[in-house]
Amino acid sequence: MVDVRSGIGEALPPPEVEDVELYHPHSWWTRYVFSQDAKIIAIQYATTAIAIGMVALVLSWLMRLQLGFPDTFQLVDAEAYYQYITMHGMIMVIYLLTALFLGGFGNYLIPLMVGARDMVFPYANMLSYWIYLLAVLVLVASFFAPGGPTGAGWTLYPPQAVLSGTPGGRDWGIILMLSSLIIFIIGFTMGGLNYVVTVLQGRARGMTLMRMPLTVWGIFTATVMALLAFPALFVACVMMLFDRLLGTSFFMPAIVEMGEQLQHGGGSPILFQHLFWFFGHPEVYIVALPAFGIVSDLISTHARKNIFGYRMMVWAIVIIGGLSFIVWAHHMYVSGMNPYFGFFFATTTLIIAVPTAIKVYNWVLTLWRGDIHLTLPMLFALAFIVTFVNGGLTGLFLGNVVVDVPLSDTMFVVAHFHMVMGVAPILVIFGAIYHWYPKITGRMLNETLGQIHFWVTFVGAYAIFFPMHYVGLAGVPRRYHELGEAAFVPESINDLNAFISIMALIVGAAQILFLFNLVWSLRHGREAGGNPWRATTLEWQTPETPPPHGNWGKELPVVYRWAYDYSVPGAPEDFIPQNHPTPGGASHEAAP
Amino acid sequence: MAVVVILVLLALGSVLFHVLSPWWWTPIASNWSFIDNTIIITFWITGFAFVAIVLFMAYCVLRFRHRPGNTADYEPENRRLESWLATGTTLGVAAMLTPGLFVWNQFITVPDGAAEVEVVGQQWLWNFRLPGADGKLGTTDARDVKPENPLGLNRNDAASLDDLIIEGGELHLPIGKPVKVLLRSVDVLHDFYVPEFRAKMDMVPGMVTYLWLTPTRTGTFEILCAELCGVGHPQMRGTVVVDTEEDYQAWLAEQQTFSQLSASSETRSPVTAMAAATAQHKAP
Repeated sequence: MVDVRSGIGEALPPPEVEDVELYHPHSWWTRYVFSQDAKIIAIQYATTAIAIGMVALVLSWLMRLQLGFPDTFQLVDAEAYYQYITMHGMIMVIYLLTALFLGGFGNYLIPLMVGARDMVFPYANMLSYWIYLLAVLVLVASFFAPGGPTGAGWTLYPPQAVLSGTPGGRDWGIILMLSSLIIFIIGFTMGGLNYVVTVLQGRARGMTLMRMPLTVWGIFTATVMALLAFPALFVACVMMLFDRLLGTSFFMPAIVEMGEQLQHGGGSPILFQHLFWFFGHPEVYIVALPAFGIVSDLISTHARKNIFGYRMMVWAIVIIGGLSFIVWAHHMYVSGMNPYFGFFFATTTLIIAVPTAIKVYNWVLTLWRGDIHLTLPMLFALAFIVTFVNGGLTGLFLGNVVVDVPLSDTMFVVAHFHMVMGVAPILVIFGAIYHWYPKITGRMLNETLGQIHFWVTFVGAYAIFFPMHYVGLAGVPRRYHELGEAAFVPESINDLNAFISIMALIVGAAQILFLFNLVWSLRHGREAGGNPWRATTLEWQTPETPPPHGNWGKELPVVYRWAYDYSVPGAPEDFIPQNHPTPGGASHEAAP
Repeated sequence: MAVVVILVLLALGSVLFHVLSPWWWTPIASNWSFIDNTIIITFWITGFAFVAIVLFMAYCVLRFRHRPGNTADYEPENRRLESWLATGTTLGVAAMLTPGLFVWNQFITVPDGAAEVEVVGQQWLWNFRLPGADGKLGTTDARDVKPENPLGLNRNDAASLDDLIIEGGELHLPIGKPVKVLLRSVDVLHDFYVPEFRAKMDMVPGMVTYLWLTPTRTGTFEILCAELCGVGHPQMRGTVVVDTEEDYQAWLAEQQTFSQLSASSETRSPVTAMAAATAQHKAP
């Protein structure tokens, strides 16, 4: 598996490929705008995702102002509040996290890390970004459409999503939302096929699957999952659009709307929920697996130690990916589906905790007897482990069907999923940006700004979402813009809510510092050199930094070893790059 | 070093918060204390895991942080350790899942002889229906929902006529008797949620869902909607009163049957519950 000697057969193509002039861009437009270079596309994806993410951030501020100080701020009424939660949720899950991990990091890192010149279908890759941008614009358009964006909640459950009691239900909101999702999925499919085929077919000589960095494994598995899961959302969106526009009844039983009988009949609202969560649960891991992979590489690199249990880590990623397709109905324990499903889905859900826990153990065991450099990427990786463990453990409450009954639809759920698929993956994104920014730009991000950003974000985010679990435990339902009179919760819950809101404002403000750092360091950051972290993986071994179109210059790299040869006994330095041919590190024989 | 301090503080602070904070669940009023117990077990197991992992990380950072001359070990795998950890985790997970599944089985198995009541959700209020003298709830259809028949009862079903209808009022339940709550919606998804009962279930138009419970103490409890149902969602409140048997019978005697209501609706102005609810929502 991590066998360094197996490798270069004679049947493989020669490493030197003649440069074809036609292949390179010839104008500013094709170089920077309609670019087919995966690295430019990655930056386009990331910039767009972060930009729309800022909208979601501002929405969260407005929501928290309302929740923390319901009597002070009258600017958010019920209608606006539902529009904000819906847009915040959808933007964060789909248009920020999915797009940034797969479109952003996937595009930048896959070709570089597997030693390819580019994605295998560069033109489709370019289209993928522009279609994604279109999806974002359609989504943003709903803010300006009559009736505003949909307020159906990010889960878009029918029938309310298409009825008049919900903002945007009878206006443009829901139509634009569904259309935007459909467009997004079309664009994603183009990118996703690229990532999968590039990993399977585009690897450098000697880069066996079991020598790939875990970052690539995470993104690859997540992409395969996304290609299987998004179609469920796609059909659900098409069917709901038909219900809304053509009067079909896929999800609509015979019902009454504001006292009026509707013509619908025979449809099933629960069918939508099955389709939505058949996508929605894998989606959690589509976000989490790239984070798992990336954080493994951050920890290994900055602890100067091989990742512990590499093969187990790979299999855990694959098993989690597979299992995540048979746990979806744990989102529906109280949906009214056949209650006997609860036994099956609770069991599968808790089984998935085992490979996930193994990943956590292997991360902390990588720290054990390491040489831990407390760099910014390492700090973010540590913070990820804390928040991910916290959020993962509360998942054991919600996954255990009967425990979920009192907690479901309360703020406990909101706290749980924010911790586990909001805070934790975003901390990885930050760590990853601090880690790879030097490769992307040739300069380091400012350390002082980074330290402030880290501490405020980590401690602040924990202070937001840890206490929020107890708001839910006390019984406060989610999706209430104000609780009003409620005898079952102590009055002091308002103080807790106010505290959470203040922390949310502070943490949000710290992100502005981060954005400033991104821009400021472009010009003023310290020169990074080609491999500032002394890392082993191929992207750090490019002849030029930032890597030009085609990545490798004349000759493609040849891979001789796995990605984790740190602190190999007897080696002259504490890392051996993957493309380093000397047979140093004899202890590979001990490696599996 | 700051990291070590913060990690330790964070682990211990979380435990202290859990133990000392005043924010905890409201006292239970139903037979589902098993659920509370399962949550407590889960808190113990997960709390232990969380503190152990975070403190272990803090120790690693303290002990193995970079200093000149330090080198990391080279240890790609350790099968023994990995299988021990996997086994331990599996046991911990089983310890949480097993009681959970037993309690779930109880939760979905309604005891024989449970009394039936029906809760009907509509945007944005709660209606209730109790079987009349025949002990049976009549059939319903959303197509029959009219201003004078807001719950959509079937007029041609003899079992419907004596059903007791409570529009937008209070539901009363007798203490100590198991009750099967049938849940129905005439418009969108709702969710019948009484924090003190711990039980909760969505109400889905086009089908009938259920939950069951035995009230264990008298009192007045709030009903909330826990499934987003439009702009009036947070205002969709109702009341359930757990009575002694005596009080319950007295209350029951005051309720009107479907046929009584139909007769009187000929004379009263057809102000629909819907209109009332809309007005209530629009009010500042």
